[in-house]
Amino acid sequence: MDLSIFAILVQDGVTSGAIYALLALAFVLVFSVTRVIFLAQGEFVAYGALSLAAIQNHQAPLTASMLVALGVLTFLVEMGRTLLQPELRLHAGRTGAVYAVKYLLFPLAVFAAARLLAPLDLPQLVQVPLALLIVVPMGPMIYRLAYEPLVEASTLVLLIVSVGVHFTMVGLGLVMFGPEGWATTAFSDARLEVPLGAEQLVISGQSLWVVAIAALLIAALYVYFTHTLPGKALRATAVNRLGAQLVGIGATLAGRLAFTLAAALGALSGILVGPITTLNYASGFHIGLRGFISAIVGGLASFPVAALGTLLVGMLESFTAFWASEYKEVLVFTLILPVLLWRSLVGGGHVEEEEEE
Amino acid sequence: MSIVLEIKDLHARYGKVEALHGANLKVGKGQIVTVIGPNGAGKSTLLAAIMGALPITGTATGVVSYLGHNLTGLAVEKRQVRGMCLVPEKRELFTTMSVLDNLILGAYSRKRAGERHYLDQLDTVYQLFPRLKERSGQAAGTLSGGERQMVAVGRALMSKPQLIMLDEPSLGLAPRITKEMFHIISELRKTGVATLLIEQNARAALQIADYAYVLETGNITLEGPAEKLANDPSVIETYLGLNKKHDPPAQPCLSAGATDPQNRPE
Repeated sequence: MDLSIFAILVQDGVTSGAIYALLALAFVLVFSVTRVIFLAQGEFVAYGALSLAAIQNHQAPLTASMLVALGVLTFLVEMGRTLLQPELRLHAGRTGAVYAVKYLLFPLAVFAAARLLAPLDLPQLVQVPLALLIVVPMGPMIYRLAYEPLVEASTLVLLIVSVGVHFTMVGLGLVMFGPEGWATTAFSDARLEVPLGAEQLVISGQSLWVVAIAALLIAALYVYFTHTLPGKALRATAVNRLGAQLVGIGATLAGRLAFTLAAALGALSGILVGPITTLNYASGFHIGLRGFISAIVGGLASFPVAALGTLLVGMLESFTAFWASEYKEVLVFTLILPVLLWRSLVGGGHVEEEEEE
Repeated sequence: MSIVLEIKDLHARYGKVEALHGANLKVGKGQIVTVIGPNGAGKSTLLAAIMGALPITGTATGVVSYLGHNLTGLAVEKRQVRGMCLVPEKRELFTTMSVLDNLILGAYSRKRAGERHYLDQLDTVYQLFPRLKERSGQAAGTLSGGERQMVAVGRALMSKPQLIMLDEPSLGLAPRITKEMFHIISELRKTGVATLLIEQNARAALQIADYAYVLETGNITLEGPAEKLANDPSVIETYLGLNKKHDPPAQPCLSAGATDPQNRPE
């Protein structure tokens, strides 16, 4: 292997590492706040990228219809719960109006916008927010429908629900996007040529975009979690759920917020990788799994360690693709074994520490 | 005197085991009411049932009426928003977050309600517990037991509660700090807050309380003004200790209880 190949592999590893970092953050966030291992995280990657691809092909993405359907379902569930409880029924009119705006009007508005705007030639600066607007609100709605009724359930039950949500979303993805793969337009075609000894190293503009946006998002999330009250409230729920309830932070509110952020991170990751990789309805899961492995490396608890884990996974993937491409997947997923072994050996002390409090 | 909290025929059960067999209790505005009783009598269950914070296996039936509203079926956070606050026995602090963040989160519901000066209690809390100001940047999990208790009480006060429920505030504290804590609790009464205090340290609790209940194996067996209970022979024998029988129940007991190492809680 010469220096230029090495540099290209590093560039590849860092780029995919940045994407996995975003997904790992989403996994850690959702798990620590709600105890849900959100397997469908990857589907948001696919939905984000494929919705954007549809918009770029001048079609209104079918995800917009799915958003309306989810909205109607959520509205019915919320209204049913309101009307069944006598104390809540007193204010049924007012809460009903709020729900109607949130779950009926808003999705319909997004649907109409997608229908009207998609046939036009839009700048990317409009296409991307439109795709996000369609996909991100699905996060809290899915939480409301699938997980909120099970707020007190065990992690295992929540995991099984996640498997169900994952398969449902993959199936709907096949219906909405078809089996073909799509790629989206790159954010920039610029190429940076860096002289490297005798040869030239080419850095693609898209890679720079990916790394820059991921770094920016991570920095923004850091500020959100350490300097704003809603961010601190989410962290508080992750640290101590009962304590959070005692100061008035509802578990369901925190859960919806966590799922909104996770959906946004997933959809954005999809939009970022869209131009680099061709994605189809099922490929979100593979990308999501790598984010999951990275999060496991961080013990599903620590953000900085999870971010380091992603770089490791990204690098391992790009180098094994070069040396032993047929074992690429195997090697990446094997990484989980030593990590779990180490965690189970060191983990005993960790549990005791928690119980002490 | 207006009634802040009134519970009627409150039952609580964990699975098939009933831990509380129909408790009745009232707390008035600016009043300190204490519930004393031995380990396992259902004291913590009583508070958790009032707050709606029973563990998943637990269910409560009966009426919990707060400022005239029936709270049945409301979630913990909805009760907290209405001005009830529970300082649980396990404190339930945000251990990896700083002391200041813990206190700020105590005022979370006020911020959400749109109050602009939602942190206005911070100075009061720092005045009550100057120690917390010194440690404001430190992670709550690194504090000593006494300091953690201060954070828990301080966090509760940040929400400007109308009813504060304290579960064993003296648990695991050194006698001197216990004395300080009880002094602060009796000071709180002046701000008009109603206090429901659960204590194993019956002597100290009866000293500062206005009214007291004795809870034994899930039943309230005795109730009355705190002074009267402090002189009740059966209470003296069971909770205050035989050797103190001839002491006058007022001031000397607190100082004795606070300095006597045998009286150290737990």
